[in-house]
Amino acid sequence: MRYLIRKVSSSLITLFVIITLTFILIHSIPGSPFETGKRLPDAIAQNLNYKYQLDAPLGEQYLNYLKGLSKGDLGSSIKQENRTVNSIIRDGFPISALLGISSILIALSFGIMLGCITAIYRNKWLDMGVSLFTTLGISIPGFVLAGLLVQMFAVKLQWFPPALWHGPISMILPVIALSLLPMAIITRLIKASLFDVLGQNYMQTARAKGLPYSKVVFKHGLRNSLFPVLSYLGPAVAAIVTGSFIIESIFSIPGMGKWFVISVINRDYTVVVGLTIFYSTLLICINIIVDIAYAILDPRVKVWDRGIIK
Amino acid sequence: MKMDRVLLIAGLSIIALLLIMALIGPYLNSWTYYEQVLQRANESPSSQYWFGTDSLGRDLFTRVWIGLRISFMIGIIASIISVVIGTIYGAIAGYFGGLLDEIMMKLVEILYSIPFLVYVILLLLIMEPGIKTIMVALVVVCWLGTARIVRGEIVRLKEMDFILAAYSIGANYWRIIFYHLIPSAIGPIIVMVTVTIPEIILAEAVLSFLGLGISTPKASLGFLINEGFQSIRSYPYQLFFPAVLLTLSMLGFNMLADGLRRILDPSVNK
Repeated sequence: MRYLIRKVSSSLITLFVIITLTFILIHSIPGSPFETGKRLPDAIAQNLNYKYQLDAPLGEQYLNYLKGLSKGDLGSSIKQENRTVNSIIRDGFPISALLGISSILIALSFGIMLGCITAIYRNKWLDMGVSLFTTLGISIPGFVLAGLLVQMFAVKLQWFPPALWHGPISMILPVIALSLLPMAIITRLIKASLFDVLGQNYMQTARAKGLPYSKVVFKHGLRNSLFPVLSYLGPAVAAIVTGSFIIESIFSIPGMGKWFVISVINRDYTVVVGLTIFYSTLLICINIIVDIAYAILDPRVKVWDRGIIK
Repeated sequence: MKMDRVLLIAGLSIIALLLIMALIGPYLNSWTYYEQVLQRANESPSSQYWFGTDSLGRDLFTRVWIGLRISFMIGIIASIISVVIGTIYGAIAGYFGGLLDEIMMKLVEILYSIPFLVYVILLLLIMEPGIKTIMVALVVVCWLGTARIVRGEIVRLKEMDFILAAYSIGANYWRIIFYHLIPSAIGPIIVMVTVTIPEIILAEAVLSFLGLGISTPKASLGFLINEGFQSIRSYPYQLFFPAVLLTLSMLGFNMLADGLRRILDPSVNK
């Protein structure tokens, strides 16, 4: 429990640092966010500044911003009227989350399967093939893969729609493009750690007790080799978030990633900052969950953790 | 031959080939990367235009190698700078230990737990666009991994006898860090350089793809891929060539990094 409290409090500090940092960064931009080439009449500029509270002293703006954040209000867009960061998240997040979660699940299931198969059979050619697959999977950039998939399956063969968001069939290509990288990394992690675990003495003991091989591998072996994958989940989510910027833009999926890119191109600072904070919070939450899962699955972790912090 | 050697040699030869082509490729035919012949836009690969032309009638063959050169340049320079920064930071934290170490590594941990591309984008919005800005923005986030790895190495190494020996003959901490500790940790540091280069090349490609990177008429691979995407339906070759080159360079550096790690780091199982 103390472990949990310490984790959460240190995450809150991290989040606070992030919010402050982004606030400082965005307010260090020279000039007004409303400059679009044309000169605005002074009265309009003043009104705009008043509406978005940009005329207040910086300290007060910061406090107001924090107050809004604590109520869950991430601010409103300065380029599109009537659009708030919250509404973008409300519209986009379910789609992005669906895409991201299915990619993670597919990456996990195929990655674990492939890793297990190579570690168990120890076949030279199989090993080479899987190594080739993982190296390629790590090396092919997401947008190159997406282009390839669109060209092959949407334009030439016309099996799938090339873009837009109509039901599950349009999810297949984006999910493949998003999940290949984490899938390759998970395969590698499982392969390496399962190799390691299978050589341990307790595996021999389990075999000597007379347990069937499959049970030994899956119950004793796989469970212990899942820890590296667990700690990879945080970076995996980060990879999928950044991957989604590109994939959602390519496939024109109306998720959060596409909105983020649009706001970046339009220089819609408040939306960029709001989404940045949202993404960071999401990642921090996932890291906490991973840490807790670690502590539950591996009782050694608490003692060990205390030792390493000191 | 052992797997690690195969990886190393294959990776090195891919990189060497690409490097040579990035240096001499633009001069192999008579076109320049910025010359536009609008009447001959979107021409398919032929004996005159080896990789075809783009939508403004520029020779894609020349542009692709220029793009590769810029991507490599950004990747190599930015990763060396970020590894140097990370090494010094990690060495100082690891050597002095105690409260300083805790504060310094806490900072790294905080920065590490945030999605880094998001922050690069934020930095790019604030700074003037250009190659230098991209490099600065990428260096700002890429030294973190090295700092962690080097700190771990230094903490392990500083307990060793030769450091005690250096200390006992009166070497000061400056000398111990830069003449004894960092040279002993050079293996992981070199691996970090080779790991960081493809990361930065890819990050730069992603940024240029999103329209935040290099501006015309110069081009990086990501920029060319972005251009190729706009005409993917009618002229897929415009996407094909830069995409293949980007993938090849990622493949080369990843294989090199993998091979080096297997050779230099005995804890990686073979």
